[in-house]
Amino acid sequence: MTITEPGTQSAEDNTNAVPTPTDNLNDHKPNGFGRMLRKEDPRLVRGRGQFCDDVQVPGMLHLAILRSPMAHARIVSIDKSAAEAHPKVKAVVTGADLAEHNLAWMPTLSNDVQAVLATDKVRFQHQEVAFVVAEDRYSARDALELIDVEYEWLDPVIDVRQALAPDAPVIRDDLEGKTDNHCFDWEAGSKDDTEAVFADARENGIVVTEDIVYPRVHPAPMETCGCVADLDPVSGKLTLWSTTQAPHAHRTVYALVAGLPEHKIRIIAPDIGGGFGNKVPIYPGYVCSIVASLLIGKPVKWMEDRTENLVSTGFARDYIMRGEIAATKEGKIRAIRTEVLADHGAFNGTAAPVKYPAGFFGVFTGSYDIEAAYAHMSAVYTNKAPGGVAYACSFRITEAVYLVERMVDVLAYDLEMDPAELRLQNFIQPEQFPYESKTGWVYDSGDYEPTMRKALDMAGYAELRAEQEEKRSRGELMGIGISFFTEAVGAGPRKDMDILGLGMADGCELRVHPTGKAVVRLSVKTQGQGHETTFAQIIAQEIGIPPDDIDVVHGDTDNTPFGLGTYGSRSTPVSGAAAALVARKVRDKAQIIASGMLEASVADLEYEAGTFRVKGDPEQSVTIQDIAMRAHGAGDLPEGIEGGLEAQICYNPENLTYPFGAYICVVDVDPGTAEVKVRRFVAVDDCGTQINPMIVEGQVHGGLADGVGMALMEMISFDEEGNCLAGSLMDYLIPTAMEVPDWETGHTVTPSPHHPIGAKGIGESATVGSPPAIVNAVVDALKPYGIRHADMPLTPSRVWEAMQGNHTPPI
Amino acid sequence: MEVTMSVNGDDVSQEIEPRTLLVHFIRDHLGLTGTHWGCDTSNCGTCVVWVDDEPVKSCTTLAAMASGHDVRTVEGMEVDGVLDPVQEGFIQCHGLQCGFCTPGMMLTARALLDRNPDPTDGEIREAISGQICRCTGYSTIVRSIQWAAAKERETPVEVGAS
Repeated sequence: MTITEPGTQSAEDNTNAVPTPTDNLNDHKPNGFGRMLRKEDPRLVRGRGQFCDDVQVPGMLHLAILRSPMAHARIVSIDKSAAEAHPKVKAVVTGADLAEHNLAWMPTLSNDVQAVLATDKVRFQHQEVAFVVAEDRYSARDALELIDVEYEWLDPVIDVRQALAPDAPVIRDDLEGKTDNHCFDWEAGSKDDTEAVFADARENGIVVTEDIVYPRVHPAPMETCGCVADLDPVSGKLTLWSTTQAPHAHRTVYALVAGLPEHKIRIIAPDIGGGFGNKVPIYPGYVCSIVASLLIGKPVKWMEDRTENLVSTGFARDYIMRGEIAATKEGKIRAIRTEVLADHGAFNGTAAPVKYPAGFFGVFTGSYDIEAAYAHMSAVYTNKAPGGVAYACSFRITEAVYLVERMVDVLAYDLEMDPAELRLQNFIQPEQFPYESKTGWVYDSGDYEPTMRKALDMAGYAELRAEQEEKRSRGELMGIGISFFTEAVGAGPRKDMDILGLGMADGCELRVHPTGKAVVRLSVKTQGQGHETTFAQIIAQEIGIPPDDIDVVHGDTDNTPFGLGTYGSRSTPVSGAAAALVARKVRDKAQIIASGMLEASVADLEYEAGTFRVKGDPEQSVTIQDIAMRAHGAGDLPEGIEGGLEAQICYNPENLTYPFGAYICVVDVDPGTAEVKVRRFVAVDDCGTQINPMIVEGQVHGGLADGVGMALMEMISFDEEGNCLAGSLMDYLIPTAMEVPDWETGHTVTPSPHHPIGAKGIGESATVGSPPAIVNAVVDALKPYGIRHADMPLTPSRVWEAMQGNHTPPI
Repeated sequence: MEVTMSVNGDDVSQEIEPRTLLVHFIRDHLGLTGTHWGCDTSNCGTCVVWVDDEPVKSCTTLAAMASGHDVRTVEGMEVDGVLDPVQEGFIQCHGLQCGFCTPGMMLTARALLDRNPDPTDGEIREAISGQICRCTGYSTIVRSIQWAAAKERETPVEVGAS
C-alpha cells in the first residue's frame, strides 16, 4: 500500500458558489473532487427514499413497548392476561419471559449490561417493561393499556451530585457486590506536574477557576429509531432493517447476544433520517423485535414515537466540570486542569472505544501549547436514561472544547485581555506539528493563526468591537464570542481503539465492470452526509471513472465488507482513506494491464485522469474503460495477471485526524426581556483536503444550528422524582429557521499528513466548536453586569436571572 | 367509516377506523411513504401535506377530516416527469441532507411561492418556521427556495395541485 503526497489543494480550489437557475451545473461535473450535486437527492426530493418505517414485508406485525412511569421502582407483578385477550394481539412478552431464554439483559457498547425488559426493577422513567405484538400499530398501542403492572416505589437518584452519597439508594444492585452508584473513574495527564505549575502560578501569575455545566441534551434526529425484524423460520436467517449507523458492528453484537450464527444475520440500514450518534447504540426495541419475530415466525416492525426517542434513547453530555487555568499575568497559558462529574444514567451505554471510558475528553487542552494538564473524572449511575456519547460529539470532544474555550474566556475576563489576542498568543505553532499534547494525543497537522485571522477578517472584528463599545454606552447589550477548536476524529488505530473487541478499521471493495462502470462497497453508512456522492468522487479522483458511473453500495452487511460504521466523524478519515487506497490498488493493476496493451514497460507509463500514456509518446494511450474491457475479455493479459479489475482492503488508520476552526458569534441581548438573538455567525473550518465543498459547507451549517440549540434552547431536564420533562418537541426546543442566522463560512486547507488524500473529518466540527462561541458571546454581552460565566441553555429566563445576579447552574 | 378523497389527482375511497390519522392513512393505507411521521405534536412538520392548497400537519389531522378534499403529497410535486422548481432548487442548492424533513419543507415552500413569488429571506424563514431540519441549519433551504423563486420569475411555471 502506498501513501502518496497529500493533495496540494488550496482554499481557492474549493469554490462553492451558490448556483443561479441559469447555471447548468451538470455541465461542469467534476471528475473527482469539487462541487458536485448529490447522487442521493433525485430519489429523496421525490419522496422515493426508503426509510425504516417505509419498509413493508408481507405478513408484517407491529410491536409496541410498555414503559415504566417511575424512575426507580421494584416490579411486584405484571398481569398481561387482558392484553393477551385483545383480538388483534399475537404476543405479550415481559422481562420474566425473556429471562427464561436468558435474553432479559444485553451487553452495552461500554461493557456494561442493560435490561432488554426490566425483570427485577425499573431504573429510569420510560424504561422498557413489556412488549406487545399485534396486527397493526394502533392495536399494539391499545393493548399496552391493558397490561397491569404493580410497582413498589423506590427513592430515585436524580441529583448527580448526590449519587455517591453514602446513603444514596443503590441503582445497580443487579451487579454482584455493587454497594454504591460509582460507574468508573478516569484520569489523564500528570497530576503532579500540573499542580507544580499551578503552585507557581498562584505565587507569580494567575489562576482562574470556574464551575461549568454541559447539560444533558438529545440528538433528536427527525426520524426516530426503529426496525423491521424478519427471522425466516425455515432458513433461520434474520434480516433486520434497522436505523443503525453501524450495521456491521450491530451484526456482531446480535450474534454475541442472541447466539445467532453471524452468517445468518443480515443487517440492512436503509435511508437514515439523521443519526448524530443517536443510532449507534443497540436499543432494547431492536432486540425485542428480533425476539418477537423468532417467537411468532413473522416479520415484526417497531418504530418509536417522538416521546420514546427523547426519553429513552442515547442522550448526550451531562457533564459537571470544574475548570482551572494557570497562566502568567501576561496571558501565557501554562496549565489546564479539570475535575468532572459525569452522569451516565442507569446503565453505562456510551458508545466509545473500550480503552476510552470518557471518550476523547482527554483532548481538553485545545489548540494551545501548554506545560501541563490533568483531568480527573468520576462517572456515576443515576435513575435516568442511559447514553452519553451522541449528538455529533466526536466521542466527548464537545465537552472538552466547551470547557477549554469557556475557560480561556474566563481568563481573558480576569486579565482584561481581548479573547482573540489571548488565543493568538497561545496557539501551537505550525512547526510544532506533529504535536503531542500533555495528555498524549498527537495532533497530525495544524496552522492555526491564518484560520483565526481569516475569521477575524470575515467578521470585521475591530469594527464589531467599536460597534459594541458604542452600543454599550447607550445601554444596549451586544456580545462577540470566539472559539477556536481542535478536534480528534477518525477512530481509530486498531492497536488503541476497539468497541467490544472489534478494531475500529473499515473495509472497502471496488469492482470495475467490463464496460468501465464500477461499484464500490463501503462499511460505513450515510445518515445524510452524502456518502453516495463523496465516495464516488474519491474513486473518480483516483482512477478517472466519472462519479455517475460508480454505484456506491452501503448499509447492507450481506453486500459490503466489514467495518465499524459512521459516527465520530470517521467516514472520511477511515473509510475515505480505504476508498482511495482500494482505488490505487485497482489502478496499479490497471497499469500492468495497460503496459501489456501498449507494449511498454509499467515504469514507462504515466497516469492522468483515467488514462495511461506512454511517456514521451502521449498518442499511445489507453483509458481505464479500455483496460476494464481487456481485464474481463478474451485477449492476453500480462504474465501472472489474473482477469478482472477489482480489489478489497481493510484500512487501519495510523492516527486520528485533527480538524480545527475559528468561530465568531455576534449576539444581541434584549435588556428588557433577556432574549438572545444570534445576529451573525462566522465559521472558518479547516478539514484538510475537501472532497465536495458543497457537502462540507452543509455539514458545517448543520452543526452550527445544533450549537444554537444547545447554547440557547435545548436541555433534557428532570424533576426531583425523575420524571423526564422534555418528552416532546413542545418541551425540548430545537432551533427553527427563525432562531438561526444566515451562516458565514470560510475555510483554510491544512492536509492531514497521514491520510491518503489529506482529508480530515468535518461532520461534527461545528457542533463541537459553536456552543462555546455562542455562550462566550452572551457572557460578553452581559459584561456590564459583571458576569464572567453563565451556563447553557441560555434561555431568556436564565439570562434574566444572570442579569439580576441570580445565575444558577441548570442542574 | 368510509373516507373518499382525491390524492395527487387520484380518487381514493377506503374503509378506515375513525381515529386513523391522515399521516398513517397516506403512508400505511395508500403506500405513499414520501410523507413522514416525526413528532405527533405538530412541531416538526415532516408530515406536511396539502389539503385543498393549504399545507397541514397530517400527524394531527384525522384522515376523516380530509374526506371530500383534495390532498397533495410530495409524490404529486413532479408533473409529467418534470420536477417542480422547488424540488430542483433543493437539489441545486444542497437544501437537503438526510432528506427526512424535505418533503414537508418543499410542500410548504411551494405554498409560499404560490402566494408570494418574490419572498425575502425573512419571509421564507417565517414560512418554514413550523418545521424542523436537524441537518442543514436552514441557510441552504432558504437558498433552495430563492433558487426556485428566481427560476419561476424567469420562466413562469404553472403549478397546481392536480
